[in-house]
Amino acid sequence: MTQCLTSLRHLAIAGVIAAISTSTTAATPKAGDPSLQKWLLPEVVPQPENNKLTPERIALGKQLFFDPRLSGDGNMSCATCHNPAFGWSDGMPTGRGHKSKRLDRATPVITNTAYNAVQMWDGRKRTLEDQAMGPMEATVEMNMDVKRLFDWLNSNQGYREAFEKAYPGEGINQDTLSRALASYERTIVSRNSPFDQWVRGDAKAMTPQQVRGFEIFLDPERGNCSVCHSAPNFVDNGFHNLGLKSQADENPDLGRYVQLPLPRMKGAFKTPTLRDIELSAPYFHDGSAATLMDVMRTYAEHGYVEGNISPEIEKINLGEQDMKDLVAFMKALTTEPAAVELPRLPLE
Amino acid sequence: MNRIIILISLLAFAGASSAEEYTVGQKDKKFTVSNLQIKTGDTVKFLNEDPFSHNVYSLSEVKSFDLGSYPKGEARAVTFDKPGKVDVGCAIHYDMAMTIDVK
Repeated sequence: MTQCLTSLRHLAIAGVIAAISTSTTAATPKAGDPSLQKWLLPEVVPQPENNKLTPERIALGKQLFFDPRLSGDGNMSCATCHNPAFGWSDGMPTGRGHKSKRLDRATPVITNTAYNAVQMWDGRKRTLEDQAMGPMEATVEMNMDVKRLFDWLNSNQGYREAFEKAYPGEGINQDTLSRALASYERTIVSRNSPFDQWVRGDAKAMTPQQVRGFEIFLDPERGNCSVCHSAPNFVDNGFHNLGLKSQADENPDLGRYVQLPLPRMKGAFKTPTLRDIELSAPYFHDGSAATLMDVMRTYAEHGYVEGNISPEIEKINLGEQDMKDLVAFMKALTTEPAAVELPRLPLE
Repeated sequence: MNRIIILISLLAFAGASSAEEYTVGQKDKKFTVSNLQIKTGDTVKFLNEDPFSHNVYSLSEVKSFDLGSYPKGEARAVTFDKPGKVDVGCAIHYDMAMTIDVK
């Protein structure tokens, strides 16, 4: 009898120790906790010295962004693919370009690109200014003759006045056009979602399921998400191979490897932000995940095609409920979208 | 003969002991040192202190290398045998950068 009671006491003590250990290693995050403030984005976006934001630059950039006359056939503007109605993407697995040609990669969102160190799925452009002319020049995309573009812009009185207000004395050229577009893009910001309100201290801003999802997101033994989708913009300015099915294609898209030919970069693509992510399905650089739940399944399976999968993916350990909780959390990252008032475009 | 052997041994020892070893950490997606001044023959150990992989590399003509990706706690070393400036980065994390001046 005494032996039995002693064993029971030992079991009870072991149980208490186990409970304490579990509760201290997986601490539930609390709304407003100081350790979470790093998840907030600064109100003032980073801006280069030679392109500080002004109302005139933003207004001009907006006109240019929505103007289909910047394309060869006069039918595609930046907004054709980077469409605010689709969370600044186009709702398609990969984009469509000149004469509706199917493109190789999904249209990236504009949202929060202002905070990123590098642009595009393969990181081949550093700043928004660097990126701006690319789609216009690309024959498969907007297919614009650059000389014809600037001859026309310089002949348009409305644009001459707008450029002069935005960049006095600098004329209309690739540099001022790129800077104007970048200025407008820097205003497409998501930084006041229910998650942000919760981080600031509003415990009711996220549901208990969403808080559970955030906990899984941070947990290196479950989601392991925050190692790449890091504070504050849910990016790491980094490149990873997720083992997507398209890597088994005959000539797979090598992604970052084309820019930086090191083995680890084969099939590696840039981590996109998760802010406003529910607005821009489908997902991944090849659009292969139709829903956020499909994204979760890809990670739970540790990708589908072996060869160069990121070691961080191998650590993921998600059950069905974990995945649902993560999806719920990701929906808490949407800032109520501001209405986009379309600009009036100068006819002459 | 013995004196010659002793002299040669002393010279060899002197040569070997002047090569130094430095450690540069990768922590919070940054190198712990932004610039290192070293001598030819010195070795730099790149130690990963982050709970995820880094892939330290350089494409500099003076010394190019790819250490591959490795996890927390592991370190890989590079010996710099030529003088010049070496730009070092992490292939995975775009804004990790440091320079090494080899004299």
